[in-house]
Amino acid sequence: MSNIKDAVLNSYGKNVRKCMKCGKCSATCPSYDEMEYHPHQFVSMVEKGDIETLMKSESIFKCLTCYACVERCPRNVEPARVIEAVRFAQLRKQGNNHLIPDMIPDMLDEDLPQQAIVTAFRKYAK
Amino acid sequence: MQRIGVFVCHCGTNIAATVDVKAVAETLKNESGVVFSTDYQYMCSESGQNIIKDAIKEHKLTGVVVCSCSPRMHEATFRKAVASVGLNPYMLEVANLREQCSWIHKDIATATEKAVILGRAAIAKVHLNAPLTAGESPVVKRALVIGGGIAGIQTALDIADAGFDVDIIEKEPTIGGKMAQIDKTFPTLDCAACILTPKMVEAAQNEKIHIHSFSEVADVKGFVGNFTVTIKKKARFVDETKCTGCGLCTEKCPMKKVPNEFNMNLDNRTAVYIPFAQAVPKVARIDPNYCLMLKNGKCGVCSKVCSVGAIDYKQQDKFIEERYGAIVVATGFNPIKLDKYDEFAYSLSPDVVTSLELERLMNAAGPNGGTLLRPSDKTHPHTIVFVQCVGSRCDDSKGKPYCSKICCMYTAKHAMLIREKYPDTEVYVFYIDVRTPGKNFDEFYRRAVEEYGVHYVKGMVGKVTPRTDGKLAVQASDLLSNEQLHIDADMVVLAAAIEPDKTARPLATMLTTQMDTNDFFTEAHPKLRPVESATAGIFLSGACQGPKDIPETVAQASAAAAKAIGLLCKNSITCNPCVAHSDELMCNGCSSCEKVCPYGAITYIDKEFRMPDRTTAIRRVASVNPAVCQGCGACTVACPSGAMDLNGFSNSQIMAEVDAICK
Amino acid sequence: MQVNEKKEFEPVIVAFCCNWCSYAGADLSGTNRLNYPTNVKIIRVPCSCRVNPMFILRAFQRGADGVIICGCHPGDCHYTSGNYFARRRMTLLFSMLDFIGIERDRTRVEWVSAAEGAKFAATMNEFTEAVKKLGPNRRLEDLRCRKQS
Repeated sequence: MSNIKDAVLNSYGKNVRKCMKCGKCSATCPSYDEMEYHPHQFVSMVEKGDIETLMKSESIFKCLTCYACVERCPRNVEPARVIEAVRFAQLRKQGNNHLIPDMIPDMLDEDLPQQAIVTAFRKYAK
Repeated sequence: MQRIGVFVCHCGTNIAATVDVKAVAETLKNESGVVFSTDYQYMCSESGQNIIKDAIKEHKLTGVVVCSCSPRMHEATFRKAVASVGLNPYMLEVANLREQCSWIHKDIATATEKAVILGRAAIAKVHLNAPLTAGESPVVKRALVIGGGIAGIQTALDIADAGFDVDIIEKEPTIGGKMAQIDKTFPTLDCAACILTPKMVEAAQNEKIHIHSFSEVADVKGFVGNFTVTIKKKARFVDETKCTGCGLCTEKCPMKKVPNEFNMNLDNRTAVYIPFAQAVPKVARIDPNYCLMLKNGKCGVCSKVCSVGAIDYKQQDKFIEERYGAIVVATGFNPIKLDKYDEFAYSLSPDVVTSLELERLMNAAGPNGGTLLRPSDKTHPHTIVFVQCVGSRCDDSKGKPYCSKICCMYTAKHAMLIREKYPDTEVYVFYIDVRTPGKNFDEFYRRAVEEYGVHYVKGMVGKVTPRTDGKLAVQASDLLSNEQLHIDADMVVLAAAIEPDKTARPLATMLTTQMDTNDFFTEAHPKLRPVESATAGIFLSGACQGPKDIPETVAQASAAAAKAIGLLCKNSITCNPCVAHSDELMCNGCSSCEKVCPYGAITYIDKEFRMPDRTTAIRRVASVNPAVCQGCGACTVACPSGAMDLNGFSNSQIMAEVDAICK
Repeated sequence: MQVNEKKEFEPVIVAFCCNWCSYAGADLSGTNRLNYPTNVKIIRVPCSCRVNPMFILRAFQRGADGVIICGCHPGDCHYTSGNYFARRRMTLLFSMLDFIGIERDRTRVEWVSAAEGAKFAATMNEFTEAVKKLGPNRRLEDLRCRKQS
């Protein structure tokens, strides 16, 4: 299991141990109620190495990647990046791309902000 | 040839665990000039010192090398020890085997090798040491306290009590500092003004204490026992000696819309003002940024109503020079600016306030006369949310890395006071940790929870949104029940981190004292010398050294006073004998050294020399005043002929160290 | 002798530290148990302005592979202006050393305050690495001074 933890920590690239468990990430999260595991739990579970559970949870796809927690985390732990790292681990395991550029024209909606497309690639593409 | 003794300390296991001390002692025995070498458990202990003393007597040692901890730690101890048996204290050198060897290295072989080299360097230096005698310089029996908050006041009172003159320099128009703005104090809930103002009056009435209000330090020269300080008395446009503090001018001033900084800008004052009723000195000041007379020359009401003619629109900044033996720094703290924390809507809503603003809102002399009202619509708040650690305990890029220490307690105090006065108000405190170490502190916090029913929630506020109906939508996390909370609050109070006053950094430069990366003054030793700075004669009092509450500040203030008194009691102090001296035969009087000397210690004298042809000639040569020289060595490098040298760190000594290390 | 040659090159590094800031910073890195290589040997001087360029030349002559001078941050000198003198002198000296072929990476001036134990250790690690990469100082070393072994 430790190699998954290493892979996640490696793609996350920062230090989860800097977390002081203040809960500001979960306080600021707009999709908190949608999530089974909340941003602060992501950080502590990754630190403990309990990553399989997170990978199985839908919570990794409920994160909007809005980066509010990144912006506000006082310790620069940046929980959204932790979630992203777990999500990548899951996507890579499944082995296929869920979003390729060719699919975009059909889905395009004039009201859709461009940022959403970028975010969608972050979330669903390998 | 010197007869040198080498003494290697184990320091328990601090050195012995990574350095093979026996091998070091054994190897150094073979160095030239070494006649005795030994190792011992604790060299600095009484019995350790006795080993050194006995060896000096027995082996007729002329030089001593102690391989132990940093010379910053125990050099003085060992010097005293060797002096007690008649050896010149400056015939001793310390090789730093602990801080700069055993503690930083792990491998025993390489650490031992390095230890031997450090020992060799010290031996090489001792070979060239010469006995030095320290001179004496007189102590000016007067102290300066920079900052007139509770720390400065307490220090000044204590020094004055011991019979010495003290000057207080305060940059604001009145002394009192932050404590004057505080409403009640924890953990006893007595009123801050009731305990502070008597002290302010005592300071004002004490004939030994001279208060320079509305003044700043412009320049500091000199050294321990003999500082010369230039004080800038800023123009207050009111003659301090004439003003009686009657306050008539403040009533008549037509410019009434000036933000009142004493009340954290929550209400207004006039352009000519007295900061608060109990101000000391109770003298008005005209704010030139708002005064109509000073801005466009039209008004002059205050000078007309002043019965003693104290108003002086033409007053200029004045500089006075004064000499002091000791200086105590008590520059205090300020809450940080909150513009980096937009998530709490501090700049968007007047109902989001800092804790210091809340103090004023609740104070009887505050903008609402002591009734807690929302700043926006002056209604009673029914739900109040407190947010802890705003800007404290952050990563460097996000705020202050340290804990501000006082917030947990004053928030408990605020919450308790609000619940007591307005029991219909719901109070939530969001905390990361509640830190209440201190006498009766935890009991105080528990009372807030148990008796007053304050809701303490483990978690943090993530977002505050001002709504159109005037409420504040607070979104927060409750980590213990693992849910997100949404609270409609009437007020939000932010426990802003505290930081050293902005004037501290330039002051530290003037005083040549050290600061840490957060601009707090660094004490000479974190445990054993907490109120002294590393610069002799400069002492630290209060929050300029680190976050502190009132009891701690007062304790430190008295400690700093005791240290200053200890210095002022002496008639003279021993100077550092490691000063520069010039070889008159080599000096060609070029003045290079005089130009680089920061103390003006070098002068030139005309001296008669016998020339080889038996005639005499008068030559101009440099002469160093050892009482003024501080031993920096700038002149030694500037000297083109190599005539200047520094006692204790001579050219040949440092070269010998270089050789020993490189060999 | 042969065993020695197989060993990794261990440079000799002389660090001049001012008594008030950098020496205390070095002590602090020790107190905090921050590691840096044993190659670094510290010489205490009252102020960075006490460092005579002669000392540095002497060190290179006697076989040092790198020399670093540490002082208080500009503006924080205990003697008000000493570190400014040091900065000017060393700028001149280092450019001259550069001219005669002593690589810039062998010499350095660094400002370390008494509170910067971590910076001291990091600087020493970095500097030792840089000097290690350059290999032994052969250009200024006086072979007559070399230890006979």
